[in-house]
Amino acid sequence: MAANSVTAHSVATGATGPEPTRRDFLYIATGAAAVVATGATIWPLISQMSPDASTLALASTEVDLSGIAEGQILTVKWRGNPVFVRHRTPKEIKEAEDTPLSQLPDPATDQSRVKKPEWLVVIGVCTHLGCVPLGHQGPYDGWFCPCHGSVYDTSGRIRQGPAPRNLDLPSYKFTSDTKILIG
Amino acid sequence: MTGHSTYVPKSALARWFESRLPIMGLVHSSFIAYPTPKNLNYWWTFGGIASFMLAAQIVTGVVLAMHYTPEVTMAFDSVEKIMRDVNFGWLMRYAHANGASMFFVAVYIHIFRSLYYGSYKAPREVLWILGVIIFLLMMATAFMGYVLPWGQMSFWGAKVITSLFSAIPFVGDAITIWLWGGYSVDNPTLNRFYSLHYLLPFMIAGVVVLHVWALHVSGQNNPTGVEVKSVPKDTVPFTPYATVKDAFGMVCFFILFAWFVFYVPGILGDADNYIRANPLVTPAHIVPEWYFLPFYAILRAIPSKLGGVIAMFSSIAIFLFLPWLDTSRVRSARYRPVFKIFFWVFVATGIGLGYLGSQPPEGGFVIAARILTAYYFLHLLVIIPLLGLFERPRPLPASIADSVLASRASVGARVAAE
Ligand code: HEM
Ligand code: FES
Repeated sequence: MAANSVTAHSVATGATGPEPTRRDFLYIATGAAAVVATGATIWPLISQMSPDASTLALASTEVDLSGIAEGQILTVKWRGNPVFVRHRTPKEIKEAEDTPLSQLPDPATDQSRVKKPEWLVVIGVCTHLGCVPLGHQGPYDGWFCPCHGSVYDTSGRIRQGPAPRNLDLPSYKFTSDTKILIG
Repeated sequence: MTGHSTYVPKSALARWFESRLPIMGLVHSSFIAYPTPKNLNYWWTFGGIASFMLAAQIVTGVVLAMHYTPEVTMAFDSVEKIMRDVNFGWLMRYAHANGASMFFVAVYIHIFRSLYYGSYKAPREVLWILGVIIFLLMMATAFMGYVLPWGQMSFWGAKVITSLFSAIPFVGDAITIWLWGGYSVDNPTLNRFYSLHYLLPFMIAGVVVLHVWALHVSGQNNPTGVEVKSVPKDTVPFTPYATVKDAFGMVCFFILFAWFVFYVPGILGDADNYIRANPLVTPAHIVPEWYFLPFYAILRAIPSKLGGVIAMFSSIAIFLFLPWLDTSRVRSARYRPVFKIFFWVFVATGIGLGYLGSQPPEGGFVIAARILTAYYFLHLLVIIPLLGLFERPRPLPASIADSVLASRASVGARVAAE
């Protein structure tokens, strides 16, 4: 637009080339100010929808492992989502460790997914569309998601179905032999 | 076709007002003198019925909002309070919940009317696209409204549908967290859905105004698909002809609506939604409301997350391009013998997908859903464009008046023969 008016102007005067007028200057300056102002207005309007400070100050959850029997899965709530704490049996650990990576849609070794082999801690949200998978179900006896049929193994890795990724891992640490702190 | 306004103010006050804001003239030329094709059948009453349902949803919704609390610990109880304690609260809630279904019934019939009679073709492309936008806004509104009672289906429906956005490569997870306002569907999500559920119907109302405006520029289509050639011969004034016909259609539709509200108010709902939302337990079988089922079936038919989401959104987006995908210049299926067959096959496909969407995603259901999904896209992307090139349409009547006279004559001949 500005370029157009400059051309029109120089055609009109016909002379020494484009000499910007005061109107051209105001036009560009106003346009630039409007762009900045629009951005500065829209950004807060979008940003207000992001998780607020109280949500971000994520509470951490402490879990006492001593009450979880071998083979049992405890579900705890963390940041509004379930977290599965699974006390795996030697058979489950062996199955998870022996699975060749070539059979996995989202390859990851079992070792990379646990801190201690008998304790698997995963976020209980199906990576397909967010349902809570059911434990000790499905062909690998890991988890089965009832919503659209995703199957996870005893390491929480995706094996069949529409989910694209393994169950996510929360950040957690062992605070003692029988306690973990999630978050 | 809008014709000049023939409105003549009768009193001095009306004249004074009309010369300052000619709104009575606008109403008169749009809903009184407006010429409507004289051969419109009852399928044409569903636009008016849909408009009425929008108004009904707004009225019952505003009333419900006076008693509802959008907060995760109180939402479910506030809805129960509406059902038990508020005077006529049960009526308002049942009318609103079933009203949404009836709104979709009316709009689906209205859309299939357009498909059958080719109402989406030139010069009505913009009218049609506005209709598709209304449909998308309706889906968004109904989805967010269903979350508000905060039952198990509310919560898990919201979780699954918002998680669709996480399929977007790279930014998907960030977008989902932004939509939720947290790391899962939670109080911030409920609050913003309530805000938008209140807002969107008024946006729909705005688009309906544009839709009707566009209609009044291009004029209504009609069962022959032949354009109006002579206003005096082919049309009748909107009032009383269309007004009375629309009103009669509406009354019949309300009888059905009332039957749902008073006799089977829960039949279209899901019993799981009378269980309070629990973020740690997914119901065994998540099913959306019936009007979303065909699209849900398409989503689940594709064995890839991103692929399923793309297929589902494009199954609707395709309709935006329908006026250009259909290469036939003949509008009405009446004169398109082959198209007519495919039209009914497509209707059956939609119903079949709806059924499959309500079934668990296992075995034969998945295979059937894949076949029907493939056919759905085949119909719109291949069959419709090719039909226009290969089909031999039947001869069109010279005008609407001719077709009306011809059918009268044949009825007359039959009566005479008997
Ligand atoms: C809130 C929803 C809607 C309302 C209130 C509405 C309202 C109306 C009304 C009052 C008419 C004129 C009467 C008639 O022909 O039935 C009309 C015509 C039309 N509508 Fe809609 N409509 C809605 C949704 C849609 C949708 C979703 C579509 C398509 C996707 C659509 C496509 C059309 C077309 C193509 C016409 C012109 C039809 C013709 O005259 O043959 N409408 N609409
Ligand atoms: S949400 Fe788990 S399979 Fe779809």
